[in-house]
Amino acid sequence: MSTLSRVVPTGFDVETIREDFPVLKQSIHGKPLVYLDSAATAQKPHAVVDAIRRFHEVDCANIHRGVHELSQRSTAAYEETRAKAKKFLNARTKNELIFVRGTTEGINLVASSWGRGNVKPGDEIVISALEHHSNIVPWQMLCEEREAKLRIIPMNDRGELLLEEYEKLLGPRTRMVAVSHVSNALGTINPVARIVEMAHNAGALALIDGAQAAPHMKIDVQALDADFYTFSGHKVFGPTGIGILYGKSKLLNAMPPYQGGGDMIKTVTFEKTTYADLPYKFEAGTPNIAGGIGLGAALDYVNRIGLDKIAAYEHELLVYGTEALSEIPGLRIIGTAREKAAVLSFIIEGIHPHDIGTVLDRQGIAVRTGHHCAQPVMDWFHVPATTRASMAFYNTFAELDALAAGLQKVKEIFS
Amino acid sequence: MVDDLYQEIILDHSKHPRNCHPMEDATRKAEGYNPLCGDKLKLFIKVEDDIVKDVSFVGSGCAISTASASLMTESLKGKTRDEALKLLEKFHDLLTTDSPVTHELGKLVVFCGVRDYPARVKCATLAWHTLKSALNGTAEPVSTE
Repeated sequence: MSTLSRVVPTGFDVETIREDFPVLKQSIHGKPLVYLDSAATAQKPHAVVDAIRRFHEVDCANIHRGVHELSQRSTAAYEETRAKAKKFLNARTKNELIFVRGTTEGINLVASSWGRGNVKPGDEIVISALEHHSNIVPWQMLCEEREAKLRIIPMNDRGELLLEEYEKLLGPRTRMVAVSHVSNALGTINPVARIVEMAHNAGALALIDGAQAAPHMKIDVQALDADFYTFSGHKVFGPTGIGILYGKSKLLNAMPPYQGGGDMIKTVTFEKTTYADLPYKFEAGTPNIAGGIGLGAALDYVNRIGLDKIAAYEHELLVYGTEALSEIPGLRIIGTAREKAAVLSFIIEGIHPHDIGTVLDRQGIAVRTGHHCAQPVMDWFHVPATTRASMAFYNTFAELDALAAGLQKVKEIFS
Repeated sequence: MVDDLYQEIILDHSKHPRNCHPMEDATRKAEGYNPLCGDKLKLFIKVEDDIVKDVSFVGSGCAISTASASLMTESLKGKTRDEALKLLEKFHDLLTTDSPVTHELGKLVVFCGVRDYPARVKCATLAWHTLKSALNGTAEPVSTE
Protein backbone atom coordinates (compact mmCIF):
# COMPACT_ATOMS: atom_id res chain seq x y z
CA MET A 1 0.00 0.00 0.00
CA SER A 2 1.12 3.45 -0.80
CA THR A 3 1.52 6.01 1.95
CA LEU A 4 1.79 9.16 -0.08
CA SER A 5 0.62 12.51 1.12
CA ARG A 6 -2.90 13.31 0.02
CA VAL A 7 -3.26 16.89 -1.02
CA VAL A 8 -6.93 17.51 -1.63
CA PRO A 9 -7.95 20.99 -2.80
CA THR A 10 -10.11 22.60 -0.17
CA GLY A 11 -13.78 22.38 -0.88
CA PHE A 12 -13.57 19.19 -2.88
CA ASP A 13 -15.77 16.78 -1.03
CA VAL A 14 -15.54 13.61 -3.07
CA GLU A 15 -17.70 11.57 -0.69
CA THR A 16 -20.63 13.94 -1.18
CA ILE A 17 -20.09 13.89 -4.92
CA ARG A 18 -20.14 10.09 -4.94
CA GLU A 19 -23.62 10.23 -3.41
CA ASP A 20 -24.77 11.71 -6.71
CA PHE A 21 -23.73 8.61 -8.67
CA PRO A 22 -26.01 5.67 -7.85
CA VAL A 23 -23.97 3.27 -9.99
CA LEU A 24 -20.92 3.66 -7.78
CA LYS A 25 -22.70 2.21 -4.76
CA GLN A 26 -22.51 -1.41 -5.74
CA SER A 27 -20.37 -4.47 -5.31
CA ILE A 28 -18.84 -6.37 -8.19
CA HIS A 29 -17.88 -9.97 -7.47
CA GLY A 30 -18.29 -9.20 -3.77
CA LYS A 31 -15.97 -6.17 -3.79
CA PRO A 32 -16.87 -2.48 -3.85
CA LEU A 33 -16.89 -1.22 -7.44
CA VAL A 34 -13.82 0.80 -8.34
CA TYR A 35 -14.72 2.46 -11.63
CA LEU A 36 -11.59 3.52 -13.50
CA ASP A 37 -12.95 3.55 -17.04
CA SER A 38 -14.37 7.05 -17.33
CA ALA A 39 -12.43 7.77 -20.52
CA ALA A 40 -14.56 5.06 -22.17
CA THR A 41 -17.76 6.40 -20.68
CA ALA A 42 -18.37 8.46 -17.58
CA GLN A 43 -21.00 7.56 -15.00
CA LYS A 44 -24.19 9.59 -14.80
CA PRO A 45 -25.28 11.64 -11.79
CA HIS A 46 -28.85 11.57 -10.46
CA ALA A 47 -29.46 14.96 -12.06
CA VAL A 48 -28.94 13.51 -15.55
CA VAL A 49 -31.01 10.39 -14.92
CA ASP A 50 -33.80 12.52 -13.44
CA ALA A 51 -33.83 14.96 -16.36
CA ILE A 52 -34.18 12.12 -18.84
CA ARG A 53 -36.91 10.46 -16.79
CA ARG A 54 -38.75 13.74 -16.40
CA PHE A 55 -38.73 14.24 -20.15
CA HIS A 56 -40.20 10.79 -20.75
CA GLU A 57 -42.70 10.96 -17.91
CA VAL A 58 -43.83 14.56 -18.11
CA ASP A 59 -42.82 16.45 -21.26
CA CYS A 60 -42.42 13.88 -24.02
CA ALA A 61 -43.22 15.24 -27.48
CA ASN A 62 -41.43 15.88 -30.73
CA ILE A 63 -39.66 19.20 -31.01
CA HIS A 64 -39.80 22.13 -33.43
CA ARG A 65 -43.11 21.04 -34.91
CA GLY A 66 -46.03 21.28 -32.56
CA VAL A 67 -48.06 24.13 -31.19
CA HIS A 68 -49.19 22.03 -28.28
CA GLU A 69 -47.89 22.45 -24.77
CA LEU A 70 -45.78 19.30 -24.57
CA SER A 71 -43.99 20.03 -27.83
CA GLN A 72 -43.23 23.52 -26.62
CA ARG A 73 -41.86 22.23 -23.34
CA SER A 74 -39.71 19.63 -25.10
CA THR A 75 -38.44 22.16 -27.61
CA ALA A 76 -37.57 24.62 -24.88
CA ALA A 77 -35.72 22.01 -22.82
CA TYR A 78 -33.79 20.70 -25.85
CA GLU A 79 -32.87 24.17 -27.09
CA GLU A 80 -31.85 25.15 -23.58
CA THR A 81 -29.04 22.61 -23.89
CA ARG A 82 -27.79 24.40 -26.98
CA ALA A 83 -27.56 27.57 -24.93
CA LYS A 84 -25.73 25.66 -22.19
CA ALA A 85 -23.32 24.20 -24.72
CA LYS A 86 -22.66 27.69 -26.08
CA LYS A 87 -21.68 28.79 -22.60
CA PHE A 88 -19.73 25.58 -21.94
CA LEU A 89 -17.54 26.16 -25.00
CA ASN A 90 -17.77 29.97 -24.97
CA ALA A 91 -19.08 30.09 -28.53
CA ARG A 92 -20.24 33.40 -30.02
CA THR A 93 -23.80 32.40 -30.87
CA LYS A 94 -26.12 29.45 -30.27
CA ASN A 95 -26.24 28.86 -34.00
CA GLU A 96 -22.67 27.61 -33.94
CA LEU A 97 -23.64 24.56 -31.87
CA ILE A 98 -24.85 21.54 -33.81
CA PHE A 99 -26.30 18.50 -32.07
CA VAL A 100 -24.63 15.31 -33.24
CA ARG A 101 -24.57 11.72 -31.99
CA GLY A 102 -21.13 12.18 -30.53
CA THR A 103 -17.59 13.21 -31.37
CA THR A 104 -17.37 10.60 -34.12
CA GLU A 105 -20.34 12.08 -35.92
CA GLY A 106 -19.04 15.60 -35.36
CA ILE A 107 -15.80 14.75 -37.14
CA ASN A 108 -17.57 12.83 -39.88
CA LEU A 109 -19.89 15.76 -40.47
CA VAL A 110 -16.97 18.12 -41.05
CA ALA A 111 -14.94 15.62 -43.10
CA SER A 112 -17.95 14.95 -45.26
CA SER A 113 -19.66 18.32 -45.58
CA TRP A 114 -16.68 20.68 -45.46
CA GLY A 115 -14.26 18.17 -46.97
CA ARG A 116 -16.14 17.44 -50.18
CA GLY A 117 -16.39 21.11 -51.03
CA ASN A 118 -12.92 22.18 -50.05
CA VAL A 119 -10.43 19.35 -50.54
CA LYS A 120 -8.98 18.83 -54.01
CA PRO A 121 -6.58 16.29 -55.42
CA GLY A 122 -3.10 16.90 -54.02
CA ASP A 123 -4.37 18.82 -50.97
CA GLU A 124 -3.25 17.74 -47.53
CA ILE A 125 -4.95 16.98 -44.24
CA VAL A 126 -2.79 16.89 -41.11
CA ILE A 127 -3.65 14.71 -38.11
CA SER A 128 -1.43 13.47 -35.29
CA ALA A 129 0.17 10.22 -34.21
CA LEU A 130 -1.96 9.99 -31.10
CA GLU A 131 -5.43 10.20 -32.59
CA HIS A 132 -8.37 7.98 -31.80
CA HIS A 133 -9.61 6.02 -34.83
CA SER A 134 -12.53 8.46 -35.05
CA ASN A 135 -10.13 11.27 -35.92
CA ILE A 136 -8.18 9.12 -38.39
CA VAL A 137 -10.64 7.13 -40.45
CA PRO A 138 -13.02 9.94 -41.57
CA TRP A 139 -10.00 11.89 -42.89
CA GLN A 140 -8.55 8.80 -44.51
CA MET A 141 -11.85 8.21 -46.26
CA LEU A 142 -11.95 11.84 -47.40
CA CYS A 143 -8.35 11.70 -48.66
CA GLU A 144 -9.07 8.53 -50.57
CA GLU A 145 -12.15 10.02 -52.17
CA ARG A 146 -10.55 13.37 -53.02
CA GLU A 147 -7.07 12.01 -53.82
CA ALA A 148 -5.63 14.10 -51.03
CA LYS A 149 -2.74 13.24 -48.71
CA LEU A 150 -2.92 12.49 -45.01
CA ARG A 151 0.09 13.78 -43.05
CA ILE A 152 0.86 12.74 -39.49
CA ILE A 153 2.40 14.91 -36.75
CA PRO A 154 4.84 12.58 -34.96
CA MET A 155 5.36 12.36 -31.20
CA ASN A 156 8.20 11.69 -28.79
CA ASP A 157 8.44 8.73 -26.44
CA ARG A 158 6.58 10.61 -23.72
CA GLY A 159 3.62 10.83 -26.07
CA GLU A 160 4.04 14.54 -26.80
CA LEU A 161 3.52 15.93 -30.29
CA LEU A 162 6.61 17.37 -31.98
CA LEU A 163 5.64 20.89 -32.97
CA GLU A 164 8.82 21.49 -34.96
CA GLU A 165 7.94 18.47 -37.11
CA TYR A 166 4.37 19.71 -37.36
CA GLU A 167 5.68 23.04 -38.66
CA LYS A 168 7.46 21.20 -41.48
CA LEU A 169 4.25 19.39 -42.49
CA LEU A 170 2.35 22.63 -42.98
CA GLY A 171 2.37 24.06 -46.47
CA PRO A 172 0.29 25.71 -49.17
CA ARG A 173 -1.65 22.48 -49.76
CA THR A 174 -2.62 22.00 -46.11
CA ARG A 175 -6.39 22.40 -45.86
CA MET A 176 -7.21 21.06 -42.41
CA VAL A 177 -5.41 20.16 -39.20
CA ALA A 178 -7.41 17.78 -37.01
CA VAL A 179 -6.02 16.86 -33.60
CA SER A 180 -7.34 15.74 -30.26
CA HIS A 181 -7.27 18.11 -27.32
CA VAL A 182 -6.47 15.20 -24.98
CA SER A 183 -5.28 11.76 -26.07
CA ASN A 184 -7.60 8.97 -24.93
CA ALA A 185 -4.88 6.31 -24.91
CA LEU A 186 -2.06 8.34 -23.34
CA GLY A 187 -3.67 11.25 -21.53
CA THR A 188 -1.46 13.81 -23.29
CA ILE A 189 -2.92 17.32 -23.26
CA ASN A 190 -1.94 18.81 -26.59
CA PRO A 191 -1.03 22.50 -26.96
CA VAL A 192 -4.07 23.04 -29.14
CA ALA A 193 -4.04 26.84 -29.10
CA ARG A 194 -0.55 26.76 -30.61
CA ILE A 195 -1.54 23.98 -33.03
CA VAL A 196 -4.54 26.01 -34.24
CA GLU A 197 -2.43 29.16 -34.57
CA MET A 198 0.17 27.34 -36.68
CA ALA A 199 -2.57 25.88 -38.88
CA HIS A 200 -4.04 29.34 -39.42
CA ASN A 201 -0.63 30.78 -40.24
CA ALA A 202 -0.42 28.21 -43.01
CA GLY A 203 -3.87 29.13 -44.24
CA ALA A 204 -5.47 25.91 -43.02
CA LEU A 205 -8.46 25.29 -40.76
CA ALA A 206 -8.29 23.41 -37.47
CA LEU A 207 -10.66 20.91 -35.91
CA ILE A 208 -10.20 19.86 -32.29
CA ASP A 209 -11.50 16.52 -31.04
CA GLY A 210 -12.51 17.42 -27.51
CA ALA A 211 -13.96 14.07 -26.44
CA GLN A 212 -11.42 13.59 -23.66
CA ALA A 213 -11.03 17.25 -22.76
CA ALA A 214 -14.63 18.29 -22.14
CA PRO A 215 -15.02 16.29 -18.90
CA HIS A 216 -11.79 17.56 -17.40
CA MET A 217 -11.00 21.17 -18.27
CA LYS A 218 -12.46 24.52 -19.23
CA ILE A 219 -12.78 24.98 -22.96
CA ASP A 220 -12.91 28.32 -24.72
CA VAL A 221 -13.27 27.93 -28.46
CA GLN A 222 -12.79 31.66 -29.01
CA ALA A 223 -9.54 31.72 -27.07
CA LEU A 224 -8.39 28.61 -28.94
CA ASP A 225 -9.66 30.13 -32.19
CA ALA A 226 -10.66 26.60 -33.22
CA ASP A 227 -12.66 26.42 -36.42
CA PHE A 228 -14.41 23.26 -35.27
CA TYR A 229 -14.57 21.67 -31.83
CA THR A 230 -16.53 18.56 -30.97
CA PHE A 231 -17.27 16.45 -27.89
CA SER A 232 -19.50 13.59 -26.74
CA GLY A 233 -22.20 13.81 -24.11
CA HIS A 234 -21.53 10.45 -22.53
CA LYS A 235 -17.96 11.27 -21.61
CA VAL A 236 -19.05 14.41 -19.83
CA PHE A 237 -21.48 12.54 -17.51
CA GLY A 238 -24.41 12.77 -19.93
CA PRO A 239 -26.13 10.06 -21.94
CA THR A 240 -24.80 8.22 -24.99
CA GLY A 241 -25.95 9.08 -28.50
CA ILE A 242 -25.65 12.84 -28.12
CA GLY A 243 -22.81 15.27 -28.61
CA ILE A 244 -21.96 18.74 -29.81
CA LEU A 245 -20.14 20.06 -32.83
CA TYR A 246 -19.07 23.68 -32.65
CA GLY A 247 -18.17 25.43 -35.89
CA LYS A 248 -17.55 29.06 -36.76
CA SER A 249 -20.79 30.30 -38.30
CA LYS A 250 -19.03 31.66 -41.38
CA LEU A 251 -17.75 28.15 -42.13
CA LEU A 252 -20.96 26.34 -41.23
CA ASN A 253 -22.98 28.70 -43.41
CA ALA A 254 -20.79 27.92 -46.40
CA MET A 255 -21.02 24.15 -45.94
CA PRO A 256 -23.69 22.01 -47.59
CA PRO A 257 -26.01 19.96 -45.35
CA TYR A 258 -24.67 16.67 -44.02
CA GLN A 259 -27.92 14.72 -44.19
CA GLY A 260 -31.25 15.52 -45.74
CA GLY A 261 -34.64 15.11 -44.12
CA GLY A 262 -37.16 16.80 -41.91
CA ASP A 263 -36.27 19.78 -39.74
CA MET A 264 -33.35 20.88 -41.92
CA ILE A 265 -35.40 22.57 -44.63
CA LYS A 266 -37.16 25.84 -45.30
CA THR A 267 -39.22 24.73 -48.28
CA VAL A 268 -39.44 21.50 -50.23
CA THR A 269 -40.85 20.94 -53.70
CA PHE A 270 -39.97 18.11 -56.05
CA GLU A 271 -37.93 20.58 -58.06
CA LYS A 272 -36.00 22.32 -55.35
CA THR A 273 -35.39 22.37 -51.61
CA THR A 274 -34.12 25.33 -49.67
CA TYR A 275 -32.32 24.60 -46.47
CA ALA A 276 -32.92 25.85 -43.00
CA ASP A 277 -30.58 28.33 -41.37
CA LEU A 278 -28.02 27.38 -38.78
CA PRO A 279 -27.99 25.30 -36.74
CA TYR A 280 -30.94 23.31 -38.13
CA LYS A 281 -29.39 22.89 -41.55
CA PHE A 282 -27.24 20.14 -40.02
CA GLU A 283 -29.93 18.51 -37.91
CA ALA A 284 -32.04 16.32 -40.17
CA GLY A 285 -34.70 14.14 -38.62
CA THR A 286 -36.04 13.83 -35.10
CA PRO A 287 -32.96 14.10 -32.89
CA ASN A 288 -32.08 12.39 -29.64
CA ILE A 289 -34.31 14.70 -27.62
CA ALA A 290 -33.97 12.89 -24.32
CA GLY A 291 -30.22 12.73 -24.84
CA GLY A 292 -30.03 16.43 -25.53
CA ILE A 293 -31.97 17.22 -22.37
CA GLY A 294 -29.78 14.82 -20.38
CA LEU A 295 -26.68 16.49 -21.76
CA GLY A 296 -27.97 19.85 -20.56
CA ALA A 297 -28.34 18.45 -17.05
CA ALA A 298 -24.81 17.01 -17.28
CA LEU A 299 -23.29 20.35 -18.27
CA ASP A 300 -25.14 22.03 -15.39
CA TYR A 301 -23.82 19.40 -13.03
CA VAL A 302 -20.21 19.80 -14.15
CA ASN A 303 -20.49 23.59 -13.97
CA ARG A 304 -21.90 23.38 -10.46
CA ILE A 305 -18.81 21.54 -9.27
CA GLY A 306 -16.57 23.76 -11.38
CA LEU A 307 -14.10 22.63 -14.01
CA ASP A 308 -11.20 24.38 -12.30
CA LYS A 309 -11.84 22.39 -9.12
CA ILE A 310 -12.31 19.22 -11.14
CA ALA A 311 -9.03 19.72 -13.01
CA ALA A 312 -7.13 20.43 -9.78
CA TYR A 313 -8.52 17.38 -7.96
CA GLU A 314 -7.97 15.07 -10.92
CA HIS A 315 -4.40 16.25 -11.19
CA GLU A 316 -3.87 15.16 -7.57
CA LEU A 317 -5.36 11.79 -8.46
CA LEU A 318 -3.02 11.51 -11.43
CA VAL A 319 0.07 12.34 -9.38
CA TYR A 320 -0.96 9.93 -6.64
CA GLY A 321 -1.84 7.14 -9.06
CA THR A 322 1.36 7.62 -11.05
CA GLU A 323 3.45 7.21 -7.90
CA ALA A 324 1.42 4.24 -6.67
CA LEU A 325 1.83 2.40 -9.98
CA SER A 326 5.50 3.30 -10.28
CA GLU A 327 6.15 1.24 -7.15
CA ILE A 328 5.05 -1.94 -8.92
CA PRO A 329 8.07 -3.79 -10.34
CA GLY A 330 7.88 -4.47 -14.07
CA LEU A 331 5.14 -1.88 -14.64
CA ARG A 332 5.74 0.73 -17.32
CA ILE A 333 3.46 3.70 -17.82
CA ILE A 334 2.77 4.39 -21.49
CA GLY A 335 2.29 8.10 -21.98
CA THR A 336 4.27 10.34 -19.67
CA ALA A 337 3.58 13.74 -21.16
CA ARG A 338 4.37 16.72 -18.95
CA GLU A 339 0.87 18.05 -19.59
CA LYS A 340 -1.40 15.15 -18.88
CA ALA A 341 -5.00 14.36 -17.98
CA ALA A 342 -5.90 11.74 -15.36
CA VAL A 343 -5.23 8.70 -17.52
CA LEU A 344 -2.84 5.90 -16.57
CA SER A 345 -2.09 3.62 -19.47
CA PHE A 346 0.43 0.92 -18.62
CA ILE A 347 1.89 -2.47 -19.37
CA ILE A 348 3.37 -5.04 -17.02
CA GLU A 349 6.28 -7.05 -18.32
CA GLY A 350 5.17 -10.55 -19.32
CA ILE A 351 1.48 -10.15 -18.47
CA HIS A 352 -1.10 -9.45 -21.15
CA PRO A 353 -3.52 -6.56 -20.50
CA HIS A 354 -6.53 -8.85 -20.91
CA ASP A 355 -5.34 -11.04 -18.09
CA ILE A 356 -4.71 -7.96 -15.97
CA GLY A 357 -8.22 -6.69 -16.77
CA THR A 358 -9.87 -9.97 -15.85
CA VAL A 359 -8.05 -10.33 -12.53
CA LEU A 360 -8.80 -6.70 -11.63
CA ASP A 361 -12.46 -7.16 -12.58
CA ARG A 362 -12.74 -10.03 -10.12
CA GLN A 363 -11.62 -7.56 -7.47
CA GLY A 364 -14.31 -5.11 -8.48
CA ILE A 365 -11.95 -2.86 -10.43
CA ALA A 366 -13.10 -1.74 -13.89
CA VAL A 367 -10.33 -0.74 -16.29
CA ARG A 368 -10.09 -0.72 -20.05
CA THR A 369 -7.78 -3.15 -21.79
CA GLY A 370 -6.93 -3.27 -25.46
CA HIS A 371 -5.82 -0.80 -28.09
CA HIS A 372 -8.28 1.93 -27.03
CA CYS A 373 -9.29 2.54 -30.66
CA ALA A 374 -5.81 3.96 -31.18
CA GLN A 375 -3.91 1.17 -32.91
CA PRO A 376 -1.29 3.53 -34.41
CA VAL A 377 -0.46 4.68 -30.86
CA MET A 378 0.03 1.06 -29.78
CA ASP A 379 2.22 0.40 -32.83
CA TRP A 380 4.32 3.45 -32.05
CA PHE A 381 5.04 2.18 -28.54
CA HIS A 382 5.49 -1.40 -29.85
CA VAL A 383 2.80 -2.83 -27.61
CA PRO A 384 -0.25 -4.77 -28.80
CA ALA A 385 -2.40 -3.30 -26.08
CA THR A 386 -2.30 -1.58 -22.71
CA THR A 387 -4.31 -1.51 -19.53
CA ARG A 388 -5.82 1.90 -18.93
CA ALA A 389 -7.10 3.32 -15.67
CA SER A 390 -8.89 6.58 -16.40
CA MET A 391 -10.20 8.79 -13.65
CA ALA A 392 -12.95 11.26 -13.00
CA PHE A 393 -13.67 13.57 -10.08
CA TYR A 394 -15.71 10.86 -8.34
CA ASN A 395 -12.66 8.66 -7.91
CA THR A 396 -10.73 8.56 -4.64
CA PHE A 397 -7.17 8.05 -3.52
CA ALA A 398 -8.32 4.87 -1.75
CA GLU A 399 -9.49 3.53 -5.11
CA LEU A 400 -6.03 4.06 -6.53
CA ASP A 401 -4.64 2.13 -3.56
CA ALA A 402 -7.11 -0.63 -4.47
CA LEU A 403 -5.81 -0.58 -8.03
CA ALA A 404 -2.22 -0.90 -6.84
CA ALA A 405 -3.19 -3.77 -4.51
CA GLY A 406 -5.12 -5.39 -7.35
CA LEU A 407 -2.05 -5.24 -9.55
CA GLN A 408 0.00 -6.91 -6.82
CA LYS A 409 -2.52 -9.75 -6.93
CA VAL A 410 -2.11 -9.88 -10.73
CA LYS A 411 1.63 -10.20 -10.25
CA GLU A 412 1.18 -13.00 -7.71
CA ILE A 413 -0.94 -15.02 -10.13
CA PHE A 414 1.28 -14.61 -13.16
CA SER A 415 4.74 -14.43 -11.65
CA MET B 1 -12.81 -17.10 -8.03
CA VAL B 2 -10.35 -16.00 -10.64
CA ASP B 3 -8.26 -19.10 -9.87
CA ASP B 4 -10.96 -21.18 -11.60
CA LEU B 5 -10.04 -19.39 -14.79
CA TYR B 6 -6.29 -19.33 -14.39
CA GLN B 7 -5.76 -22.95 -13.42
CA GLU B 8 -2.21 -24.12 -12.91
CA ILE B 9 -2.05 -25.92 -16.25
CA ILE B 10 -3.20 -22.79 -18.09
CA LEU B 11 -0.60 -20.65 -16.37
CA ASP B 12 2.06 -23.25 -17.17
CA HIS B 13 1.16 -23.39 -20.86
CA SER B 14 0.93 -19.60 -21.11
CA LYS B 15 4.39 -19.15 -19.63
CA HIS B 16 5.92 -22.12 -21.45
CA PRO B 17 3.87 -22.66 -24.59
CA ARG B 18 4.47 -26.02 -26.31
CA ASN B 19 5.01 -26.28 -30.08
CA CYS B 20 5.57 -22.55 -30.27
CA HIS B 21 7.69 -22.16 -33.40
CA PRO B 22 7.27 -21.80 -37.15
CA MET B 23 7.21 -25.00 -39.25
CA GLU B 24 9.19 -25.14 -42.50
CA ASP B 25 7.42 -28.12 -44.02
CA ALA B 26 3.87 -27.28 -42.98
CA THR B 27 1.27 -28.33 -45.52
CA ARG B 28 -1.28 -25.82 -44.26
CA LYS B 29 -0.99 -22.42 -42.65
CA ALA B 30 -3.49 -19.93 -41.36
CA GLU B 31 -3.52 -16.65 -39.50
CA GLY B 32 -5.90 -15.63 -36.77
CA TYR B 33 -6.56 -12.18 -35.41
CA ASN B 34 -8.70 -10.82 -32.63
CA PRO B 35 -9.31 -7.17 -33.50
CA LEU B 36 -10.75 -6.47 -30.07
CA CYS B 37 -7.53 -7.13 -28.23
CA GLY B 38 -4.95 -7.24 -31.00
CA ASP B 39 -4.02 -10.88 -30.41
CA LYS B 40 -2.37 -12.45 -33.44
CA LEU B 41 -1.58 -16.04 -34.18
CA LYS B 42 -0.04 -18.03 -37.00
CA LEU B 43 -0.79 -21.71 -37.15
CA PHE B 44 1.25 -24.36 -39.00
CA ILE B 45 -0.08 -27.85 -39.68
CA LYS B 46 1.44 -30.84 -41.38
CA VAL B 47 -1.27 -33.17 -42.66
CA GLU B 48 -0.30 -36.46 -44.26
CA ASP B 49 -2.83 -39.10 -45.39
CA ASP B 50 -5.57 -37.08 -43.68
CA ILE B 51 -3.72 -37.34 -40.36
CA VAL B 52 -2.44 -34.32 -38.45
CA LYS B 53 1.23 -35.23 -38.09
CA ASP B 54 2.43 -32.01 -36.55
CA VAL B 55 1.06 -28.66 -35.38
CA SER B 56 2.80 -25.52 -34.21
CA PHE B 57 2.03 -21.84 -33.74
CA VAL B 58 3.61 -18.46 -33.22
CA GLY B 59 1.94 -15.31 -32.01
CA SER B 60 1.33 -12.92 -29.20
CA GLY B 61 -1.65 -13.03 -26.94
CA CYS B 62 -2.99 -13.21 -23.43
CA ALA B 63 -2.52 -16.17 -21.08
CA ILE B 64 -5.82 -17.72 -22.15
CA SER B 65 -5.19 -17.50 -25.89
CA THR B 66 -1.57 -18.66 -25.61
CA ALA B 67 -2.43 -21.59 -23.34
CA SER B 68 -5.34 -22.52 -25.57
CA ALA B 69 -3.10 -22.56 -28.66
CA SER B 70 -0.46 -24.55 -26.81
CA LEU B 71 -2.87 -27.17 -25.48
CA MET B 72 -4.60 -27.37 -28.84
CA THR B 73 -1.37 -28.26 -30.61
CA GLU B 74 -0.79 -31.04 -28.11
CA SER B 75 -4.26 -32.46 -28.46
CA LEU B 76 -4.34 -32.53 -32.26
CA LYS B 77 -1.40 -34.68 -33.16
CA GLY B 78 -2.43 -38.02 -34.63
CA LYS B 79 -6.02 -36.98 -35.23
CA THR B 80 -7.76 -37.16 -38.60
CA ARG B 81 -9.16 -33.97 -40.08
CA ASP B 82 -12.68 -34.96 -39.06
CA GLU B 83 -11.62 -35.82 -35.55
CA ALA B 84 -9.89 -32.47 -35.24
CA LEU B 85 -13.00 -30.60 -36.38
CA LYS B 86 -15.14 -32.64 -33.98
CA LEU B 87 -12.83 -31.74 -31.13
CA LEU B 88 -13.16 -28.09 -32.08
CA GLU B 89 -16.92 -28.37 -31.81
CA LYS B 90 -16.71 -30.01 -28.40
CA PHE B 91 -14.26 -27.39 -27.21
CA HIS B 92 -16.55 -24.62 -28.40
CA ASP B 93 -19.48 -26.21 -26.55
CA LEU B 94 -17.37 -26.42 -23.42
CA LEU B 95 -16.85 -22.66 -23.51
CA THR B 96 -20.24 -21.47 -24.61
CA THR B 97 -22.84 -23.90 -23.29
CA ASP B 98 -23.70 -25.65 -20.06
CA SER B 99 -23.13 -29.03 -21.70
CA PRO B 100 -21.54 -31.59 -19.37
CA VAL B 101 -17.77 -31.84 -19.59
CA THR B 102 -16.76 -34.90 -21.61
CA HIS B 103 -13.59 -36.91 -21.14
CA GLU B 104 -12.86 -36.71 -24.90
CA LEU B 105 -11.56 -33.21 -24.28
CA GLY B 106 -8.74 -34.51 -22.11
CA LYS B 107 -6.62 -31.71 -20.69
CA LEU B 108 -8.69 -29.15 -22.55
CA VAL B 109 -11.32 -29.31 -19.79
CA VAL B 110 -9.19 -26.84 -17.83
CA PHE B 111 -10.80 -24.17 -20.01
CA CYS B 112 -14.27 -24.82 -18.59
CA GLY B 113 -13.78 -21.80 -16.29
CA VAL B 114 -13.91 -19.55 -19.35
CA ARG B 115 -17.69 -20.10 -19.42
CA ASP B 116 -18.01 -17.65 -16.56
CA TYR B 117 -16.02 -15.00 -18.45
CA PRO B 118 -17.93 -14.32 -21.67
CA ALA B 119 -15.52 -11.55 -22.64
CA ARG B 120 -12.71 -14.10 -22.72
CA VAL B 121 -14.33 -16.77 -24.91
CA LYS B 122 -12.77 -15.22 -28.00
CA CYS B 123 -9.33 -15.46 -26.43
CA ALA B 124 -9.78 -19.18 -25.86
CA THR B 125 -11.18 -19.86 -29.32
CA LEU B 126 -8.78 -17.82 -31.46
CA ALA B 127 -6.43 -20.74 -32.09
CA TRP B 128 -9.35 -23.02 -32.84
CA HIS B 129 -10.93 -20.63 -35.32
CA THR B 130 -7.56 -20.47 -36.99
CA LEU B 131 -7.37 -24.25 -37.03
CA LYS B 132 -10.69 -24.47 -38.82
CA SER B 133 -9.51 -22.04 -41.44
CA ALA B 134 -6.25 -23.97 -41.90
CA LEU B 135 -8.05 -27.29 -42.28
CA ASN B 136 -10.58 -25.79 -44.67
CA GLY B 137 -7.84 -24.06 -46.64
CA THR B 138 -9.24 -20.53 -46.26
CA ALA B 139 -6.70 -18.05 -47.54
CA GLU B 140 -7.82 -14.91 -45.72
CA PRO B 141 -6.68 -14.39 -42.12
CA VAL B 142 -9.49 -15.48 -39.83
CA SER B 143 -10.90 -12.92 -37.44
CA THR B 144 -12.83 -13.58 -34.27
CA GLU B 145 -15.22 -10.81 -35.25
